[in-house]
Amino acid sequence: MITKERILELLDYVKDPEIPVINVLELGVVRQVEVGPDGKAIVSITPTYTGCPAMDVMAADIRKELLEAGVPAVEVKQVLSPAWTTDWITEEGKRKLKEFGIAPPEKTADIRALKGAAPVVTCPHCGSTDTVMLSPFGSTACKALWKCNACQEPFDQFKCL
Amino acid sequence: MNDTRFTYTLRLADDLLVLSHRLSEWCGHGPVLEEDIALTNRALDHLGEARNLLQYAGQVEGQGRSDDDLAFLRNERQYRNVKLVEQPNGDYAHTIARSFLFDAYHLPLMQALLKSKDEQLVAIAGKAVKEATYHLRHSSEWMVRFGDGTDESHQRAQTALDDLWTFTGELFVEDDVQKELEKAGIAPASGPIKAAFDSTVNEVLKEATLKRPEDGFMAEGGRDGRHTEHLGYILAEMQYLQRAYPGAEW
Repeated sequence: MITKERILELLDYVKDPEIPVINVLELGVVRQVEVGPDGKAIVSITPTYTGCPAMDVMAADIRKELLEAGVPAVEVKQVLSPAWTTDWITEEGKRKLKEFGIAPPEKTADIRALKGAAPVVTCPHCGSTDTVMLSPFGSTACKALWKCNACQEPFDQFKCL
Repeated sequence: MNDTRFTYTLRLADDLLVLSHRLSEWCGHGPVLEEDIALTNRALDHLGEARNLLQYAGQVEGQGRSDDDLAFLRNERQYRNVKLVEQPNGDYAHTIARSFLFDAYHLPLMQALLKSKDEQLVAIAGKAVKEATYHLRHSSEWMVRFGDGTDESHQRAQTALDDLWTFTGELFVEDDVQKELEKAGIAPASGPIKAAFDSTVNEVLKEATLKRPEDGFMAEGGRDGRHTEHLGYILAEMQYLQRAYPGAEW
């Protein structure tokens, strides 16, 4: 019989298909893991953005990972409430984003960021805070496009949500 | 009551589905790369929200219809979106002005829906409100840039506003569906949403040095399935595959 701990270990291997350095646990989309009486794994996930096409892929990847590890049955449920927030990205996740060249989100506690006041975004390449937003919409739904004035490199920023 | 809740949910969903389709028409044609990406991102956000709402509408109806069934197998008379969102893209000022007027209505609507007695609508609005904040910011910034830009951009933005203003009345229609759900605490009252819309529009247009059009004749009927000629063409394109090859899967 599979244990909840073992499922969590396996979920460690399921990456975000669009940002393959971070897994679904670090991204904070896994909200609940249960084991049914018949040994069925029930994983509840919440979408980052409502239209994010990566969610369907993540659900399929979770199913595949668990089935291949010998879990007899897997159900991936989608829950909408409470709504996902970038605060649920773990510290480890944020560190990996930065190493990958994506500026991690600020805290939503700093609500000014969400309201549009200029947040301080640190360049993931050179560490300068002399940066400017080129567009609030980037290569995926969750990212904005920024440029560093110090090293002149463009970079993605994980939007604060 | 379930009938009206179904209709109301479709109204919310169809606005987003049709606007999403219109914005996706810009894919690969944006005036600059960043805007091409912005509009397709927005189209995706709207589509995701529409999908959540259509799934829920299917549950409320209880006839086993999926989100795909509702999107691809209803004809134009069964669509419940406002006429504003089906209007053609026109030039970039028209596209932006259409989204700006919609965003100025959609954000306060989603904020108000957070207090609905319908739990699923609250959950959907909880996601949407964050995205809608970004959308309104994007369209507001462009309204200001156009209005307070060159003579040419100012003129185009003003023309777009004047052309589209007649479609804004329908956003706040108080019909039987709206009134019944308002009474049940499911739909938020139109009054405060109109007030928020007015305040956003006035503030942004002032900064943009644009003139708010006078309230004249207001087009209605979309909420009851009577649309402008444009919706039929949108659906013809959107639904072609499922109509030609029923049940086709990607």
